[in-house]
Amino acid sequence: MLTRKEVEEIALLARLYLDTDEIETMQSELGAILEHFGVIASVDTTDIPAMTHAVPLELPMRADIVMPSLTTEEALKGTAKRDGDLIVVPAIIAGGAE
Amino acid sequence: MSGPIEFWSVTDTAKRIASGETSAVRVVDTILSRITNVDRELGSFLATDGDGARRDAAEIDRLRKDGKPLGPLAGVPIVLKDNLVTKGIATTAGSKILQGWIPPYDATVVEKLRAAGAVILGKANLDEFGMGSSTERSAYKKTRNPWDTSRVPGGSSGGSAAAVAAGLAMASLGTDTGGSIRQPAAFCGIVGMKPTYGRVSRWGVIAFASSLDQVGPLTRTVKDAALLLQVISGHDPRDSTSLDTRVPAFVDHATGDVKGMKIGLPKEYFESGSGSIDADVRAALDKTIAALKDKGAVFSEVSLPHTKLALPAYYIVAPAEASSNLARYDGIRYGKREDATDLLDLYRKTRGAGFGPEVKRRIMLGTYALRSGYYDAYYKKAQQIRALIKRDFDDAFTKVDVMLTPTTPTSAFRFNAKATPIDMYLGDIFTLACNLAGLPGMSVPCGMSADGLPLGAQILGRPLDEVSVFRAGSAIEAAVGLGERRPSGIGGI
Repeated sequence: MLTRKEVEEIALLARLYLDTDEIETMQSELGAILEHFGVIASVDTTDIPAMTHAVPLELPMRADIVMPSLTTEEALKGTAKRDGDLIVVPAIIAGGAE
Repeated sequence: MSGPIEFWSVTDTAKRIASGETSAVRVVDTILSRITNVDRELGSFLATDGDGARRDAAEIDRLRKDGKPLGPLAGVPIVLKDNLVTKGIATTAGSKILQGWIPPYDATVVEKLRAAGAVILGKANLDEFGMGSSTERSAYKKTRNPWDTSRVPGGSSGGSAAAVAAGLAMASLGTDTGGSIRQPAAFCGIVGMKPTYGRVSRWGVIAFASSLDQVGPLTRTVKDAALLLQVISGHDPRDSTSLDTRVPAFVDHATGDVKGMKIGLPKEYFESGSGSIDADVRAALDKTIAALKDKGAVFSEVSLPHTKLALPAYYIVAPAEASSNLARYDGIRYGKREDATDLLDLYRKTRGAGFGPEVKRRIMLGTYALRSGYYDAYYKKAQQIRALIKRDFDDAFTKVDVMLTPTTPTSAFRFNAKATPIDMYLGDIFTLACNLAGLPGMSVPCGMSADGLPLGAQILGRPLDEVSVFRAGSAIEAAVGLGERRPSGIGGI
């Protein structure tokens, strides 16, 4: 069982709004899942490198040439609120305009 | 193959259209009318693009008439899991947060299908962002299992599997992060193939867990799976994890020849304990083993000692990657946006309203595992266990060519049967390790349960050795497959 405060902290980090019922459900469900997974703590992993990918990852380089890409209109088509070629969002600085 | 058009194989459909025995328009009209008649009850499609499909089919017929070369999938109607982005066709990933979004581009796999002449019918239902094992977590609708409508089709590619099994598409492309192609294929009595990680481009695939996700085919025959995989495989400069390696002619290896093939039975998969296998599944596997022995395969027991840790390692690694990948859904550039007075509030309200319970649970779990102070105990530890699981496979594959296991511990379960998240997660016990290790894995029908539900055998291969997986899979299909049996639970023909 996680505390209510822990769940609220994680929800803030995850940028998720959770209502009271959801917070209570998360407290018990996440707690149960983490308890079930507690078994991993007992595994000796000394000197075992962490595996991030199934295949060796080499970040390839390519020539810096212009390739076809989306037009501004296509790229902005999915946004909920725009002003010309700009995306409108709420003010980030207190007292600023939208 | 004969029988109704709706159940023709991919291979057969392409051949009949190319020879002029039938037309692409006739095939697609037949399938579209079946979708209209049956899918109200089945619930496998989230979007149908009838006009686009008819237009593409007519183009195939025109090319043929003009004597132009046709691709290997010319005129074959295919449905795509709705987490593969499609230019001009709404793509939701089964989530309300993407409701109404029309992508401005096609995923690489979609481009490749189109280039091969495939006719895209529309988009198939799924658990939201691929997170689930029953398709009950779709934000839009319930998909039923065509063999028994009181049961789930599996997930997360449940719409894909149900549609292919019920004759609403000749094939589908799904995605598999921990079993999401293989498990629904097993539950619906079809073939589901997850390729080696890196075999297929992930460009345009809506990401769940980037180090585990892979696109693959769901089909009614092993040969069809081989053909589709051949079409979608290959290096893509737009995906840095796609492998620049030769693509074998997979179709040529779906021969059923397993003489001398060394097949391992991982003992941990057959032990009793949590997630242990049903008697029906065990009996079907025993029959499969006997049939393959008759064909000259050589069996031995192998050990994968860290098997039990695959579940916790997976359910830490996958949510951690998901919590990072899903950060992009912020209500700004595309998708749903809730009204708010400041930016933080906008993010939280949009995501709170747009994501469903399972997605929220996994984002929370992943955020917990990645946060400062907990990273080493959870995420890093899980990645180290992942390395141990990979080593187990590497060791075992020095002794055998492929491994045979059940795909799932049970046949398809009923709606609402899994009371807690952990109950649901335990059903994935046989499919997860394959993704953690990046191996190719395929589920092939291997018989029926006593109550008339299909069962699946899973074949696991060495990295990039899909060829052996297809060989073993086609042998299983020939020996103990479902033959002409088709689901009768819905729209039977």
